[in-house]
Amino acid sequence: MPLNEQEIFDQKIEQEIRIEPRDWMPDDYRKMLIRQMSQHAHSEIVGMLPEGNWITRAPTLRRKAILIAKVQDEAGHGLYIYSATETLGISREETIQQLHAGKAKYSSVFNYPTLSWADIGAIGWLVDGAAIMNQVPLCRASYGPYARAMIRICKEESFHQRQGFDILLTLSRGSDAQKAMCQDAINRWWWPSLMMFGPNDEASHNSTRSIQWKIKRFTNEELRQKFVDVCAEQVNVLAMHLPDKDLRWNELKGHYDYGPIDWEEFRNVVNGNGPCNSERLESIKKAHADGAWVREAASAHAAKKKYLHNNKIHGVQTAY
Amino acid sequence: MQRKKNIYTIIKSMESKQHIENWPLWEVFIRARQGLDHKHAGSLYAADAQMAIENARDVYTRRNEGISIWVVESTFIHASNPSESELLFDPANDKIYRHPSFYPLPDELKNI
Repeated sequence: MPLNEQEIFDQKIEQEIRIEPRDWMPDDYRKMLIRQMSQHAHSEIVGMLPEGNWITRAPTLRRKAILIAKVQDEAGHGLYIYSATETLGISREETIQQLHAGKAKYSSVFNYPTLSWADIGAIGWLVDGAAIMNQVPLCRASYGPYARAMIRICKEESFHQRQGFDILLTLSRGSDAQKAMCQDAINRWWWPSLMMFGPNDEASHNSTRSIQWKIKRFTNEELRQKFVDVCAEQVNVLAMHLPDKDLRWNELKGHYDYGPIDWEEFRNVVNGNGPCNSERLESIKKAHADGAWVREAASAHAAKKKYLHNNKIHGVQTAY
Repeated sequence: MQRKKNIYTIIKSMESKQHIENWPLWEVFIRARQGLDHKHAGSLYAADAQMAIENARDVYTRRNEGISIWVVESTFIHASNPSESELLFDPANDKIYRHPSFYPLPDELKNI
């Protein structure tokens, strides 16, 4: 008896064969991907704002050029994932409208402010570090276009993390004031970075589903633990400390223990009450509105060229 | 003078209808190095081919990933149907004699 569509799909997942846009897939799988991927794309775009805040005030020309390149990468990452999301049958327009209407979520970590230059270092090291921890396993996600976008992103993301650590390293070897700045940024970004992995999985039905469908490969807890283990060691290179009095090596587990996360704060920020939620959304909407004349001009220019070409009219391009 | 005015009027009327939602989607193909094929890299929206190429440069070749870019409007790409792929590729399945390993030859035979 030939297999039905659901069975063919299940078999592909089982055998690690990627699902491609025109393959049959269950509605819930499609919905879960649209939700996760559009949130991911929005996070890349909104993530440009806290860092863009420091472009004009970067301490040197070299740091400024690097920061511009990094922020440009984030725009690129947003675009890769937006186009991958579109292959699931939702238009770009609709995805972006959901963001502007405040209906779509993005990583809540970007609702915290960047108060000093050291924050740019802490974001690179911790926020991008946590993102990489999440994204590397997504390079093997069962949905082909998502996995391919993630491969490209992961390649570029490691520059982000290293440049962040480089900023902190420089500060950590500087004056007392610079050292204090470095520690202060780590203190403020550590817990929001741990929250990026999301609540514990027992609480999440979506997470179980996602692992069954091989979109996610590890639980939120596993990834968070891995991140803590790595950072607990890396922070020593900076001669700084992580703001957690419960952080210590657990011989028995072979992992670091860490203190409880304030999920109340997390929910509060996710629900729109973080320090910068409304500011971020307003900036995104304003940028879109301010760019309208550029999009219109490009459309007009394309229409003119098409008209001239179709009517074989030459030499009047500069007439207006 | 008359001709210019006509063009202007036409463009004006097109302009009002053309927003980003009407921009075509373009598929981007990139040649990584001299001697290699152009390979599909992704897609993007652009008003025209020139803008598609310039945006493709910014989106897909920020780290010297390419030396040449092709863009084609996605609507011009025709694809085989995945649900018919078994039927479509069936003719190749039973012709193993097309592969060199089909022919067991004596070990002493060299350079073949």
